[in-house]
Amino acid sequence: MPERDTVERPSLVAKSPFELRVNLGKDVPESDVRSALATGDMGFLHSFTTGSAVDGPGIRVVAWTTGCQFRCLYCHNPDTWTMTNGIPVTVVKAAAELGKYREGLKVMAGGFTLSGGEPLMQHRFAVKLFSAAKTMGIHTALDTNGFLGHQLSDDELEKIDLVLLDLKTWDNERHRRLTGMDVGPVHAFARRLAERKRPVWVRYVLVPGLTDDPDDIAKTAGFAAGLGNVERVDVLPFHQMGQFKWKSLGIPYELESTPTPSADLVERTVTQFRTVGLRAH
Amino acid sequence: MGATVSQGKEQAQAIQPWQGFRTGLWQTEINVRDFIQQNYEPYEGDETFLAPATPRTVGIWDKLQALFVEERKKGVLDVSQVPASITAHGPGYIDRDKELIVGLQTDAPLKRAIMPNGGLRMVLNALKAYGYEPDPQVVATFTKYRKTHNEGVFDAYTSDVRKCRKSHVLTGLPDAYGRGRIIGDYRRVALYGVNRLIERKEAEKRSLDTAMSTDEVIRDREELAEQIRALKELSQMAASYGFDISRPAASAQEAVQWLYFGYLAGVKEQNGAAMSLGRTSTFLDIYFERDLAAGRITEERAQEIVDDFVIKLRIVRFLRTPEYDDLFAGDPTWVTESIGGMGDDGRSLVTKTSFRLLQTLYNLGPAPEPNLTIWYSPRLPEGFRRFSAKVAIDTSSLQFESDEIMRRTWGDDGAIACCVSPMLMGKQMQFFGARANLAKCLLYAINGGRDEISGEQIAPASTPVTGEYLDFDDVIVRFEKMMDWLAGVYVNAMNVIHYMHDKYAYERVEMALHDYDPLRTMAFGMAGLSVVADSLSAIKHAKVRVLRDPTGLVTDYQTEGDFPFFGNNDNRVDQLASWTVSTFMSKLRKYPTYRHALHTQSVLTITSNVVYGKATGNTPDGRRRGEPFAPGANPMHGRDSHGIHASAASVAKIPYRDAADGISLTASLLPEGLGRIPSDRITNLTAILDAFFGSTGYHMNVNVLNRDVLLDAMDHPEKYPHLTIRVSGYAVNFVRLTREQQMDVISRTFHGAAPNA
Repeated sequence: MPERDTVERPSLVAKSPFELRVNLGKDVPESDVRSALATGDMGFLHSFTTGSAVDGPGIRVVAWTTGCQFRCLYCHNPDTWTMTNGIPVTVVKAAAELGKYREGLKVMAGGFTLSGGEPLMQHRFAVKLFSAAKTMGIHTALDTNGFLGHQLSDDELEKIDLVLLDLKTWDNERHRRLTGMDVGPVHAFARRLAERKRPVWVRYVLVPGLTDDPDDIAKTAGFAAGLGNVERVDVLPFHQMGQFKWKSLGIPYELESTPTPSADLVERTVTQFRTVGLRAH
Repeated sequence: MGATVSQGKEQAQAIQPWQGFRTGLWQTEINVRDFIQQNYEPYEGDETFLAPATPRTVGIWDKLQALFVEERKKGVLDVSQVPASITAHGPGYIDRDKELIVGLQTDAPLKRAIMPNGGLRMVLNALKAYGYEPDPQVVATFTKYRKTHNEGVFDAYTSDVRKCRKSHVLTGLPDAYGRGRIIGDYRRVALYGVNRLIERKEAEKRSLDTAMSTDEVIRDREELAEQIRALKELSQMAASYGFDISRPAASAQEAVQWLYFGYLAGVKEQNGAAMSLGRTSTFLDIYFERDLAAGRITEERAQEIVDDFVIKLRIVRFLRTPEYDDLFAGDPTWVTESIGGMGDDGRSLVTKTSFRLLQTLYNLGPAPEPNLTIWYSPRLPEGFRRFSAKVAIDTSSLQFESDEIMRRTWGDDGAIACCVSPMLMGKQMQFFGARANLAKCLLYAINGGRDEISGEQIAPASTPVTGEYLDFDDVIVRFEKMMDWLAGVYVNAMNVIHYMHDKYAYERVEMALHDYDPLRTMAFGMAGLSVVADSLSAIKHAKVRVLRDPTGLVTDYQTEGDFPFFGNNDNRVDQLASWTVSTFMSKLRKYPTYRHALHTQSVLTITSNVVYGKATGNTPDGRRRGEPFAPGANPMHGRDSHGIHASAASVAKIPYRDAADGISLTASLLPEGLGRIPSDRITNLTAILDAFFGSTGYHMNVNVLNRDVLLDAMDHPEKYPHLTIRVSGYAVNFVRLTREQQMDVISRTFHGAAPNA
């Protein structure tokens, strides 16, 4: 007969990342949230998945954090904006879960990607998790909007093998309208990564009418090319899969009638990045 | 080693079939493996050498297309009511002047034969369904004068077996049709010629002359006599096409032709559930290489021969009832060919002909048959691993099985019969049989042996569970007892079936291409594993309240609280799945088998997961009555919510030693989920396969499909005549599935691109 074990709180038995999640951490007292953020011993995760082939090199484990200071109009996971929508998870528990995949990740030339939300909203947790991953010999990637990059020390940057940096748009006014925040800190972080020679993949979400202006793209592309550490650019066509979340959360959604970009537009954008010498797809 | 055969002493003819081959044990004994090991050339390169289809090949394939359309319309194209045997039908052709490899089951392509030895009822039902009047002479013969397998079985079934059959706790027993899953070593026909094989069988028979005539010895002598007769008929059949296969094949074209004649004799006579081909590509490669080196053929001609061979394998047909086709999704024959793998000496068994076989999926387009099965190891050459991944992505027509596990267990000259059943070529066969519905068994355990749908007492009466909530320890004790009872009934049924099949529908020619007294396994199966695991998990980790109908029968469950699902790499539930497999296996092993066969078990359902689900009431995991099970060992639809790595890791924990007939996992992937660009997708699928088969993964069906395409194909089947998808060990034409099965495929978890914030 099978052994009985103690029933644990199913903290990481999360559902699919496609599902809406709200208030899973609402019972955590505010003081605990604060101390978690201060120590990084605990963090808030929306969900995690394995077998991802689109979040960095190889096949990867990806965890999505909750909490983000951007309010991107095209965000497809608005339930990750609020930290306490996520599940409270200790670093120990998260690292143990990741450890189950250690051997497979090596064979598959993959690794661990922390995405969000904005992982750097919980930068101490992120750093502790990356350190644990590195100790297990697992390649690490941070998927970030870059705004809070200054919080990471130079030593901490060394724990991150690859930064997936989301460049949204060049023009600051447009950036503010699109995300609610300034673009300056993002560019500053990009330059710092370049100085430190940390590898970067740029992610560029292509939204018709919002981020498809050729001049603006040319500026972003020129900037990225000038950095010297950008190994690859992924042009991500906008989609409507997250629309239902906006509706369920009761947040006004501006992009209801925004189409997904045409193949021609995607091709044109990819070409713009290639023209300046970047490897783009 | 080193020396080559320059004199074919055995052959008086001018042709010296073995010229240029390296010598070895294979010359003095029937030993195809040794021949391969001494003579094959591993190929480490990529696919760039391959040749496209020639106009000749396309012409033949086009001729068949028109027939396929008509066949799809009518269900069957035509029927011959001459009871089938190896020599019952004269030669038939698709395009006599252009075919490089010849031979059809009857005298015309796609014309199906009747095979009443397995059971007349199946034949009559099928004829009726397709609008044919049965030939009264045939009916008289197989009712008045000749008993069939089917009648024999029902003469000897126990009342328990009948009840379990009726309630569907045992389903798919091969008691009305051919059992299949026996692979003749058809390569022997090419390497040795039929005369040498007859001599060997005669010697085996003579060796029994000194043994006392007990039941067993008499049966063996009679079987050997039948085998010899079948080999002679095989020669006759080939002669009717103008070939003398009494001698060994002397060229690549002859080797393929000889081998195919051996296989053809099998499918002319047996309507087996699975009529698999074996492991032929590397054997044949030796002949191709010899001819290519001598300049006798070009690459283009080599590919033409392979293409023609595969065309023949694609048009194998059996006359079956529409209900049978519903159960198995289309018209499956499971002409499984095992490709690749490593040798015991560490050399890869991949050759150029392994590539040529895969190339047929481009030259002729994707297709479910032959069921091309890669024996996968991370140690296979990179060129082949990548090409297999590419073919899987482009065609969804490949399945992958662990060369590491199967070679370790059985040896390096094994082949898959049907979907996942491994056996050594010519040295091993299996008694196949159906599945036990373990989800239903669990419900019987809760209900004291009463059926949860009919309310009938099926298992011997015991006290049902009392109280409002299920207690895990109590349920486990009851479940074990119920598994014990079910295993007994199951072994009983299988013993009867295979006794009668040997007696009334013996596979003469297939067994003639085996060694005497091969290893026999008795391959049991289970369905509903993930439903059982999740149900036990609910009972253990949450609170499950029972709901009873007025007669006290538990018909529904209410679960309070969360519980982990199988398929998320969570040991709290994964161990319940492994425990279920091992426990049922240990119960089966308690009961003696017919012919002392070795007990094995598979976790495989093909598409029957839909009908098993239909016959099963509400389960404690929250699955509703009638809802399909997951196929094979798959987690339940949508419950494996952490991606393919986690899902596959759960399945890979099922211990192979207790499921040695195979553990099936069907993975459906979205193309964009495998990577943003095609070369990434190949790299990434190769990586997934490397990781899965580098650990304890056993089998993976790979579908790389877009859900939207499937939805469109449901509404516009005419647009997708060749859309192939893989379901639990087998590839099917999607448009030939029932609507229910199509919905089942679509509702299955697709592992796709996760959102990137």
